[in-house]
Amino acid sequence: MTIRVLLFASYADTLGRSSVDLPVGERATVADLVRELRSLPGAATLPPRPLVAVNHDYAPYDREIGPGDEVAVIPPVAGG
Amino acid sequence: MRATIVDRPIDPCALLVEVSSTANGATVLFVGTVREVNDGRPVTGIDYSAYTAMAERELDAIVGEAAARFGTEHVVVEHRLGALRLGEASVAIAVAHPRRAGAYEASRYVIEELKKRVPIWKREHYADGTREWVDPAGERRPTPLAARPSEASP
Repeated sequence: MTIRVLLFASYADTLGRSSVDLPVGERATVADLVRELRSLPGAATLPPRPLVAVNHDYAPYDREIGPGDEVAVIPPVAGG
Repeated sequence: MRATIVDRPIDPCALLVEVSSTANGATVLFVGTVREVNDGRPVTGIDYSAYTAMAERELDAIVGEAAARFGTEHVVVEHRLGALRLGEASVAIAVAHPRRAGAYEASRYVIEELKKRVPIWKREHYADGTREWVDPAGERRPTPLAARPSEASP
């Protein structure tokens, strides 16, 4: 299946786009998605374990991803 | 209770009015503004951006937690996005509570949790024309005095 991953702020700058479609196997986890993301050209400078949100909630790395899930990789937050 | 991400100037006084109630004896207003220097570097402005849907949801959860934890429904927060100039408000939090301790603590809880959890980012613009995404973990690194522009020889 293909999962669209949303990118923001410094991570969007690093990848040069605000989202990326990643091919992953069935029962893929957040960890699988991050590994796939970091294998893209230019993405090796992303941190090894960035924060990830699934459907607007921070998600553990063993969380399984399904079709239709909204996945986002979250750079260090700096609100306020 | 209310938590809102806005793309217009914040009116802190409107938040004060919104939480005011004769049931409360203490009202605290916190306003975060764009500072002219960060980590020794002169700042000319900040661009704020967010994962808006998640940021609103997370901010809403924080306000709910503050209300439950400190015992007041009168908690309102607004966070602004976009290009802000020096002195403009990026965030305002108003809390009204029967007692001052609860008002101060609830206000502090909202800003500290916001800074930890809400997916908002800022890119600072510096006087030398450069700009950088702010990483709060990086901000804690002290800048050697000799490297501060204010200390540099002309």
